[in-house]
Amino acid sequence: MSVTTTEATGSTEIRPFQVDIPAEALDDLRGRIAATRLPEAETVSDATQGVQLATMQALVRYWGTGYDFGRLEARLNALPQFITEIDGLDIHFIHVPSRHENALPMIITHGWPGSVIEMLNVVGPLSDPTAHGGSAEDAFHLVIPSMPGYGFSGRPSDTGWDPDHIARAWAVLMDRLGYTHFVAQGGDWGAIVTDRMGAQAPPGLLGLHSNMPGAVPPDIFKTVAAGEPAPSGLSPEETRAYEQLSFLYTKGIGYATEMALRPQTLYGLADSPVALAAWMLDHDAKSYEDISRGFVEEQPVGNLTRDEILDNITLTWLTNTGVSSGRLYWESNLGFFDVKGVTVPAAVSVFPRELYQAPRSWTEQAYPNLIYFNEVDAGNHFAAWGQPELFTSEVRAGFRSLREGRSS
Amino acid sequence: MSSTATAVKVRPFDVDIPEEALDDLRRRIAATQWPERETVPDDSQGVPLAVMQKLARHWATEYDWRKCEAELNALPQFITEIDGLDIHFVHVRSQHEDALPLVVNHGWPGSIIEQLKIIDRLTDPTAHGASADDAFHLVIPSMPGYGFSGKPTGTGWGPERMGRAWAELMKRLGYSQYVAQGGDWGAFVVDQMGLQAPEGLLAIHTNMPATVPADVDRASLAGEPPPAGLSAEERRAYEELIRTYGQVEYAHMMAARPQTLYGIADSPVGLAAWLLDHNDADAQPAAAVAEALDRTESETGDLTRDEVLDNITLYWLTNTGVSASRLYWEYKGGFFNAKGVSIPVAVTVFPSEQYQAPRSWAERAYPNLIYFNEVDRGGHFAAWEQPELFSDELRNAFRSLRT
Repeated sequence: MSVTTTEATGSTEIRPFQVDIPAEALDDLRGRIAATRLPEAETVSDATQGVQLATMQALVRYWGTGYDFGRLEARLNALPQFITEIDGLDIHFIHVPSRHENALPMIITHGWPGSVIEMLNVVGPLSDPTAHGGSAEDAFHLVIPSMPGYGFSGRPSDTGWDPDHIARAWAVLMDRLGYTHFVAQGGDWGAIVTDRMGAQAPPGLLGLHSNMPGAVPPDIFKTVAAGEPAPSGLSPEETRAYEQLSFLYTKGIGYATEMALRPQTLYGLADSPVALAAWMLDHDAKSYEDISRGFVEEQPVGNLTRDEILDNITLTWLTNTGVSSGRLYWESNLGFFDVKGVTVPAAVSVFPRELYQAPRSWTEQAYPNLIYFNEVDAGNHFAAWGQPELFTSEVRAGFRSLREGRSS
Repeated sequence: MSSTATAVKVRPFDVDIPEEALDDLRRRIAATQWPERETVPDDSQGVPLAVMQKLARHWATEYDWRKCEAELNALPQFITEIDGLDIHFVHVRSQHEDALPLVVNHGWPGSIIEQLKIIDRLTDPTAHGASADDAFHLVIPSMPGYGFSGKPTGTGWGPERMGRAWAELMKRLGYSQYVAQGGDWGAFVVDQMGLQAPEGLLAIHTNMPATVPADVDRASLAGEPPPAGLSAEERRAYEELIRTYGQVEYAHMMAARPQTLYGIADSPVGLAAWLLDHNDADAQPAAAVAEALDRTESETGDLTRDEVLDNITLYWLTNTGVSASRLYWEYKGGFFNAKGVSIPVAVTVFPSEQYQAPRSWAERAYPNLIYFNEVDRGGHFAAWEQPELFSDELRNAFRSLRT
């Protein structure tokens, strides 16, 4: 099954959408999983050569024989989903208005290798806080779009869908849904899109929350990307961040460079379920360690269970969006963690196992209107996905000050 | 395949791929799930969809692996265990007893398939318009993790260890004096052999010389402007290095995370695209390889579509996509920096190689430079693309050693 991108209609219609996966697509996927041909084991006893064979063997076994292929459709169809055309492309989104009328509208953007699946467990807590230990004053009207080339959104057939374009599209989407005031949230690519929204500052955008802040000062960013040692005069927190970034840029982003330069060459992502799964598991060392534990030891870290991980991979397989999602790296010429020029009020949560831990000092410079900064004690790169409760409380706290003084 | 009791035994080897493996390959190609096409009208996002679809169609329906298998089995092939690993090699002795023994080392994304067209030319020169004095006894090994050689199960099989293994192989075959040749990874290995200077190694020939002076190497890797004082030729080489470093994302990926490339074990088109996307000076994928995909046959030894598929199919059938990639992980040294080789060295500069080594750099990098020539055609896959010219170069390069 794949999403066919129809001719641009110029229509602003919002069409209800339901996932409907043909049985043949699932049969084909199961057949391919069963016919998987694996390479030999890595020649080291750790993850330093990539996704370990034992992890993939456990994943393939569970995906082929234990995973419930009906879950994905059921989970998504339990939520109101829509498609609307923006700039010639079909945009899929989940839209859950809170029953609390004064709720704050919020658009949440997922990342790579993610999808709306990352956000499913925060939908209830954020839109219906009183059912999840929060107060009615913390309610959000939620809009969770699939980025172009991801999930059930259309796959661009032309260039130009970079983070800036996506950010502008999200402002159009919120306007089209009738939200005159709203906030935006994101991690990974979602953080970059959200930062660019914060720089574009469309009418109605009150503030943003990021769990992967672009906070690295320009001079620091230049040195770290060139692989040079840390400049003198950094505080201990800054030195730690520098070392985390240095590791990333020397060892940790081979996949990103590949997709930034040659996304089309990754035919295996379209043709091989195990190729897609391994590619998506290998985002960063810490999240890989957490996710791998879920498969090999059946001890999930936080909410990163085998089923959650496979929902995301299965969605990417069934929509055949491995290559189209990777193309975002080719499209973007923005740095991953550098300052993006945000002017609107910004809230930042620092998760301990994120790619780097943004120091408060850098964050204050990067976001001149910093309304919230907090370092939490659990969670990796996939903050919403892995720690839905903690993430929810951070987003509530991050935006609380913006609600005060707004007339209801 | 290994037998510790007969560790130094040299066993004859024939390729014999089960029919089921070929059926499975064809079935997988026919069942390929494709991505959408690239969003650009050129190859700037990777190997274009139309190129892959056309190649896959031919691969699944007309291509005949058995021809390649017969060609390989027409050659004397052997396996011998060196340093705990089975090493596969082709060994063709010249009818001319005084021929010069030569070990030729392939690269990535290659295999011994790259060398097939030079075997007869080098071992039987009189049948190819050259003199008996130019004959070679040829040894062409498959690197560890490549083709029919064993796959290492532990770390350590980098170019240094391979260099030592080839010296052991030549000794085991009874060659007390010999020369070595290589391009791509093969060039790294022969440079290491040059550094190790094992007894009997008279000289090396490289078609991807490592000549870049330290200051230029550092500046080019950092993407900085070139150091002052470069000649016009050196400046051009510098710019070629900068271009090359922008096209080696595949190398970075394999150096960092080779094991993550499960698609090159499970998907024929995944493997084919990955192997095709190696650049040369003219394009990425290499222009010479892209052109070959439209060449169904050649009388003159030009690279053809089926030769490209022979190489890819060999990787598939031996499931060596990942094990071959691991060589990038194993190697921690520099790419084109001068390595300090002091034994006699011969260099041929092919115009479409990653960079054209200037004579000035070659003379500094290889103080005992016995031959240097810039030829007018051919690129990164020199032996494969220009077997005639390549053979001439080897004859000329090593001639002074024979007298």
